[in-house]
Amino acid sequence: MKIAVNPIACEGHGMCVELLPELIRLDDWGYPVIEVELVPRSLEALARRAADVCPTLALLLVDE
Amino acid sequence: MSPPAGLPRLLAGVGRGMESRAAHERRHGPLPTLSTTGLIEVVEHSGLRGRGGADFPTAAKLRAVAARRKVSAVVVNGSETEPASSKDVTLLKHVPHLVLDGAMLCAHAVDAEAVFVRMSEGQAVRNVETAIAERPAGELPIALVVGPDRYVAGEESAVVHQLESGVAKPTLTPPRPYEKGYRNRPTLIQNVETLAQIGLIARYGPAWYRQLGTDEDPGTALLTVSGAVVNPGVYEMSFGTPLHALIDAVGGPREPLQAVLVGGYFGNWLSIEDAWHTRLARESLREHGASLGAGVLIALPARVSGLAESARIASYLADQSAGQCGPCIYGLRAIADAMQELADGSAAPGTVEQIRRWCGEVDGRGACHHPNGAVRFVLSSLRLFAAGEPASRRRRQYA
Repeated sequence: MKIAVNPIACEGHGMCVELLPELIRLDDWGYPVIEVELVPRSLEALARRAADVCPTLALLLVDE
Repeated sequence: MSPPAGLPRLLAGVGRGMESRAAHERRHGPLPTLSTTGLIEVVEHSGLRGRGGADFPTAAKLRAVAARRKVSAVVVNGSETEPASSKDVTLLKHVPHLVLDGAMLCAHAVDAEAVFVRMSEGQAVRNVETAIAERPAGELPIALVVGPDRYVAGEESAVVHQLESGVAKPTLTPPRPYEKGYRNRPTLIQNVETLAQIGLIARYGPAWYRQLGTDEDPGTALLTVSGAVVNPGVYEMSFGTPLHALIDAVGGPREPLQAVLVGGYFGNWLSIEDAWHTRLARESLREHGASLGAGVLIALPARVSGLAESARIASYLADQSAGQCGPCIYGLRAIADAMQELADGSAAPGTVEQIRRWCGEVDGRGACHHPNGAVRFVLSSLRLFAAGEPASRRRRQYA
């Protein structure tokens, strides 16, 4: 599984960084930067949750 | 009809007004009919590459769309939202039939259902309306769409978005328009100059096209030359021409120069020393980290501040964000403000490093390429001008 951000939808709520700090960090303006695109198996459940709770549904999961 | 020798080719019919269809056909002959493979083959042999800035091989794009079913439309992209460029509007204003010929050939080759011409507000819309009314009966109807003259509004996905919904802003890609564009079907979007070249290549053939230019970069290109030169304007040049010959052809410098911006506001600065050793060819430009883009060249005089001019352009690009993606909205503004501080001399130590870091942060983080192009320009500005300029040049902006 890979993660990506839809930059048009993203409003910088930051929920994804709260749940996946191992994979995502915030830039100087509060928007998420994907540091690790490929989600390790151990974090897949959290990645699904992060996608679900994003208020603008901007975190995209791409199943490989 | 004997093929035109030498230059000009595209600009041959450019006079005061619009060349009528009758005059256009007297000059170039009637539009030939080519099969799908026929058109793609001649375009491929010509070596033509897209002139909207992306520099993609035109035959490959045609082939990719022609291979798909139910192509919805061919869009003539005449948005030309780059402020320093006026080559496409020159063609649409004076020789619109050459452009529409190219569009019709492509529409036939990819079996499109419709043809659109996308122009920006304030352009020569009436000439194009007149030309559309002169097209022969039996051709596909052509619809003219006028959109805002904002920098990102001419980007391919924004053009499709406008056709669909009237909103001239980029959308998330992929899918690219050639896969899923207007009406969710494959759509061929081509730059105006590219289509005009096709209108000539279809008539005179790829061998004729290659008579000018070099083996690697065949043919001619339209350039919009501005800044401190004697006769700024739109010129047609053979690929391979040295930049100094081009500056001579536009009357030479109006005053001593320090740099040339190549490729437009997403482009790269060449120091004047590098520019004199550069040719209008992909390889030669690449050696200096530059590319021709949509054919824009701006000559910067020696007496002004390169940093101030760069800060002005960076600020323009920040303002021209479509306002959709956070890193583009806030990042480009932060970068532009810091560039202005550098130009003012009010920047804190470490500002150049800060800007470089921000450029890395913003690059690739928009739905379209606007942030990428803007940071490329800023990084090029820092490379050439950040080492320090004489104090006499500070604050002097070039308008």
